Amino acid sequence: MSVFNAIDEERDIDVNEFTPSLEPQATWCPGCGDFGVLKALKQAMPEVGRTPDETLLVTGIGCSGKLSSYFQSYGFHSIHGRSLPVARAAKLANPDLEVIAAGGDGDGYGIGGNHFMHTARENHDMTYIVFDNEIFGLTKGQTSPTSPKGHKSKTQPHGSAKSPIRPLSLALTSGASYVARTAAVNPNQAKEILAEAMAHDGFAHVDFLTQCPTWNKDAKQYVPYIDVQDSDDYDFDVRDRREAAEAMHEAEDALYEGKVLTGRFYIDDERPSYQQEKQATGDMPETPLAERYFDDDYEWERSYDLLDRHK
Amino acid sequence: MTDDELIWRIAGGSGDGIDSTSQNFAKALMRSGLNVFTHRHYPSRIRGGHTYVEIRAADEEVKSRGDNYNFLLALGDSFARNPQEEAYYGNEEIKPLTENLDELREGGVIIYDSGLLDTDEIPDFDERVEANNWHVFDLDLRGLAKEYGREIMRNTAGIGATCAIIGLDLDVVEELMTNAMPEKILEPNLEILRESYEDVKENYDTDVGVTVPDSEHEEEPVLISGSHGIAYGAMDEGCRFIAGYPMTPWTDVFTIMTQHLPDLGGISEQVEDEIAAAALAIGASHAGAKAMSGSSGGGFALMSEPLGLAEITETPLVLVESMRAGPSTGMPTKPEQGDLEHVLYTSQGDSNRVVFAPGDARESYVQTRKAFELAYNYQIPSIILYDQKLSGGHETVPESVFDKEPNPDIGSVVTEEDIEEGERLAGRFKRYRYDGEDGVSPRSLPGQKGGNYLASGNEHNEAGHISEDPDNRVTQMDRRMSKLDAIRDELDEMDKSHQTVYGDEDADYAILNFGSTKGAVEEAVDMLNDDGHSVKAMNVSDMLPFPKGEVNSFLEDVDEALVVEMNATAQFRRHIQGETGRHGDKLYSLLKYDGNPFEPTDIVDGFEARLDGSAEPAHNTRIESATGD
Ligand SMILES: Cc1ncc(C[n+]2csc(CCOP(=O)(O)OP(=O)(O)O)c2C)c(N)n1
Ligand code: SF4
Repeated sequence: MSVFNAIDEERDIDVNEFTPSLEPQATWCPGCGDFGVLKALKQAMPEVGRTPDETLLVTGIGCSGKLSSYFQSYGFHSIHGRSLPVARAAKLANPDLEVIAAGGDGDGYGIGGNHFMHTARENHDMTYIVFDNEIFGLTKGQTSPTSPKGHKSKTQPHGSAKSPIRPLSLALTSGASYVARTAAVNPNQAKEILAEAMAHDGFAHVDFLTQCPTWNKDAKQYVPYIDVQDSDDYDFDVRDRREAAEAMHEAEDALYEGKVLTGRFYIDDERPSYQQEKQATGDMPETPLAERYFDDDYEWERSYDLLDRHK
Repeated sequence: MTDDELIWRIAGGSGDGIDSTSQNFAKALMRSGLNVFTHRHYPSRIRGGHTYVEIRAADEEVKSRGDNYNFLLALGDSFARNPQEEAYYGNEEIKPLTENLDELREGGVIIYDSGLLDTDEIPDFDERVEANNWHVFDLDLRGLAKEYGREIMRNTAGIGATCAIIGLDLDVVEELMTNAMPEKILEPNLEILRESYEDVKENYDTDVGVTVPDSEHEEEPVLISGSHGIAYGAMDEGCRFIAGYPMTPWTDVFTIMTQHLPDLGGISEQVEDEIAAAALAIGASHAGAKAMSGSSGGGFALMSEPLGLAEITETPLVLVESMRAGPSTGMPTKPEQGDLEHVLYTSQGDSNRVVFAPGDARESYVQTRKAFELAYNYQIPSIILYDQKLSGGHETVPESVFDKEPNPDIGSVVTEEDIEEGERLAGRFKRYRYDGEDGVSPRSLPGQKGGNYLASGNEHNEAGHISEDPDNRVTQMDRRMSKLDAIRDELDEMDKSHQTVYGDEDADYAILNFGSTKGAVEEAVDMLNDDGHSVKAMNVSDMLPFPKGEVNSFLEDVDEALVVEMNATAQFRRHIQGETGRHGDKLYSLLKYDGNPFEPTDIVDGFEARLDGSAEPAHNTRIESATGD
């Protein structure tokens, strides 16, 4: 008998299940783009068909990290930049869980950049949402890895000398098998993309443009966005790595010229997830590790059988 | 120290196969009924450099590498004979002899490879041989090895010669080689072994007084290192997830577990850095697996923040810290006990963790099992603190120590009925609800119906919602901190305490130590008591929670106590004083931090220097009073 009964359940799922019954007062500022992520995520869940109890949302630290407080599911509000390693191990221990990691651009592309690169490279089966507001929100408006060159802040009073990171290209070259960008001002696309990302088998990276009206007045989200898939100007094969790379570069350049391009940039349905790769090499059990501790019939192999080699 | 023992040293260059050869030979000695203790000395480089392995074997229990040694097998250094290297490092070929002679006991035996080494190059060799009454065997090991196979097999020739001299049955060695070697190289090795054995038997006088005593084990032993003790302890306790990043000497535990976990249905992950490693262990544990990670000094420093995260989210976690000399990257292959305070206090906020420091391979196994049990029952991180010496040194341990049932229990987890009946807050399960005595709140696991909650590194209320309410803060802090009291009570009640007391109970003088100094201290106590002193020793393993009661009563009636530890700032002595709040006037420190472990005579000298000035503190050791002179 499994203790994880929730996982075997099949039923219709309602958006409202993802709202805590007595919703804690969201501490986000009025007009913050983070509300858009929360809403899109809740709306995507019924499409994915996962209940709050089947879902583990791991967040980092920042305004964005508070997502797990306002989203009803199993939540883990971890430490700055480290949501990915926590999330991917939970997925390895119990692959039946729907695992989502989320955090800000500082959290994910700055302090957690190393984990981003490696989680993408390993293609863990999970969804990663980065709230990209081009600023450090919670610590009051410092320059972030996605702030434009020349951006002035208290920590870069003369304007940043650094070029912004290119999150889509970085995800692609690191090995993510699904890469998309969406925006809080475009709720329908955001919902669709999040649902698709969760359904994807492998590492799905969603760069989610959010506005921070408090610290970042140049919020691009007020500029009309263009959906790359709907536009006649952008014709590329989303399953072709090279074409995707080019489209990403264009989108990343355009963003700082005031043109917001969103949509799916890369989809690789063929590549096995990390868990599948690991199973193929014999390094990963077939049944979830976490189940084993509750299975009375499971025979625990004893490591002292290994002692023969020490005699 | 007795004369009825063999301390065999094989010396040469890293990459000469000294490790594998000595492993086999140590096993052969064990199979012949002897107790064995091995010590590995190596520089921080991959090939070349001076390296040796020492094997001490005796009828009685051997607890340390002992003082000096009585049998040297000196091989050449294949790397140093590379002409370029020779130009850079000078003539290293003679090093296996010159580097090792100082510690060879009087009457000891030398085998050197005359195919590689030339004693003429050591200016005073002959005088020293005569003065120390050494027995020298000049054997062309390399030549013999070449004749039957490849010259790397000169190790085997050395073993054959050793057996002839110490009177060890060749059958035992042959059997071990047959099991351990691939077919292709087995036959030439066996020929070399026999040929070399016969040669020495026939052409040399082997009656030199260094032999192995006849012996028999009371209980079937195994030969394992402290790292094996930890790895096997973890696996027997149901640990099936490990994440790590290589760093000497922690790598030993990591690789042993990685080698076996997939076969046991587990998962091992080599990840991008140590922050990730600890965070992965937390993620796996949160999802319901028994998980561990670990590192050495610098890597453990990176784990500081995840460690605190485990404390506040109450995620069970076991970490291993294998100390090497610091600060920073320090001396990667040398032991020290300088990370004690680092491990006790690292991470922000008040420390809430269990720390055990096992003293030998047996304790490594037993205490790792306990560390897991406590981590999972109390939802608190446990740390196993040990050092480079215990990491790699092998000891004979009775097999019966391991004979326990595996333990898949992951501690207090609610059932779905519990969840249904339980209270909820803002729609979430009250995961951090407090209704027990031991501070533990039963947890739900992701995937359990109705059990969702928020595990947060921020202070939180019973359902995990972030809260800065002052009363909630105090309630949650007090609950978490109360676990240590409950754990202390549990440890005190265990039939076998982790602290071991050695020597005469009513002794006037005491020695206190922790971790891998255990064996050397116990041998020193024997030596001191044989010399008419009245000494006892306590090896403390529980660093947190600290066994105040046991330490207080141990120190109650002694005149003075010497705290022996391998660091420069007397961290353990300060810890004792801090935890007991007493004994400052009684405590003295004997410190050593030159990269070498304490030998029994270092401790004897330190003790006598402190007690009556009848000895000098040994080279590179220092005595310090608690109050400061
Ligand atoms: C190790 C560590 N360093 C620094 C901080 C302080 N800190 C908290 S949030 C944050 C930046 C958040 O920026 P971002 O990730 O972009 O998220 P946002 O608040 O904009 O959503 C920083 C630097 C921390 N909590 N931990
Ligand atoms: S500071 Fe910016 S990111 Fe943070 S809540 Fe306010 S608007 Fe949102």
